[in-house]
Amino acid sequence: MPTDNRPLSPHLQIYRPQWTSGLSICHRLAGVVNTIGSLLVIYWLVSLASGPAAFERAQAILGSWPGLFVLFFFSLALFYHLCNGVRHLFWDAGKGFELDTAWRSGQAAVAGAVGLTVIVWIVALTTGGGG
Amino acid sequence: MAEFKLPKNSRVGQGTTWPAPEGASNVRNFRIYRWNPDDGLNPQVDTFELDMDDCGPMVLDALIKIKNEVDPTLTFRRSCREGICGSCAMNIDGTNTLACTKAWDEVNGDVRVYPLPHMPMVKDLVPDLTHFYAQYASIKPWIRTETATPPDRERLQSKEDRAKLDGLYECILCACCTTSCPSYWWNGDRYLGPAVLLQAYRWIVDSRDETTGERLDDLEDPFKLYRCHTIMNCTKTCPKGLNPAKAIAEIKKLMVERH
Repeated sequence: MPTDNRPLSPHLQIYRPQWTSGLSICHRLAGVVNTIGSLLVIYWLVSLASGPAAFERAQAILGSWPGLFVLFFFSLALFYHLCNGVRHLFWDAGKGFELDTAWRSGQAAVAGAVGLTVIVWIVALTTGGGG
Repeated sequence: MAEFKLPKNSRVGQGTTWPAPEGASNVRNFRIYRWNPDDGLNPQVDTFELDMDDCGPMVLDALIKIKNEVDPTLTFRRSCREGICGSCAMNIDGTNTLACTKAWDEVNGDVRVYPLPHMPMVKDLVPDLTHFYAQYASIKPWIRTETATPPDRERLQSKEDRAKLDGLYECILCACCTTSCPSYWWNGDRYLGPAVLLQAYRWIVDSRDETTGERLDDLEDPFKLYRCHTIMNCTKTCPKGLNPAKAIAEIKKLMVERH
């Protein structure tokens, strides 16, 4: 039987997306966003160390609409990674593997991430942060 | 490494449509992956219009009907037709399951039937499972002991110890879970995958096996075990209702506990 030139059966193209697999890839994406976001934090700290003019400029960039837009998604990724990370801690302890538990813990992680993000932004915007 | 697109020779084209017999009133379309190693063409999806008033309840019944009445070249594995042999594992309506225990009326609209995902193909719905079986053999799936066998009786086990094998011994090695796992898709050359790890755990927790440490040593590897990222496709898709994700987590726990 020839074994060369055998096709590979379809995978991502045909597999129905699952709630848990979706959350899993989001966890990884959020990790990537957090890595890039931490560069943003470093930029902000460096500007702070570089003197008032540089800090003013950084504040202006991060406080602009595009800046706030980026920060919003950075904070969402941060909170999602945090909440889903707690879910992973339970899994590491061998708990929460029943299908309905895994489904509901995923919903809780998403709800937690959205809730924390909204709270932080309400506090930030109402106390005049970022300006 | 992760290769998200199919290789050129694996892209799936449009195939033949086989019309329903005249007078059929309850028609369902079966869209089935075909690949013939002998014609030099790419895989394609054929559409079979079937008269469901004259068909058994399971997807396997429909496949057998096609093979008997429409296209005898349609190739697939099947044996027991009652969910215990694992031969007819395939991707139906987007998830992996056994064609013999999946009723076609559970599927909305066209019934899409593909082989188990991300496997080298032999023909039509038959994937090559050689590597999967080699990985299974690599975990030494048999009892290994150091003490001498008792001369007058079997190696006994308490009811509690026997209960630890429940949810593990039922695995029929159909490969539904392993081929549903994106980690296995990207790293299947070295990652053992959910089915083989569940089997590994089945021998690790067996109170009669005396090589638990060795078994854990063999799995202490960044790829064999730790490519599991708790994606949970395995547990979701298992046609026997087992929980490979939990079995893998138990192995990881044992790894931590012994350090």
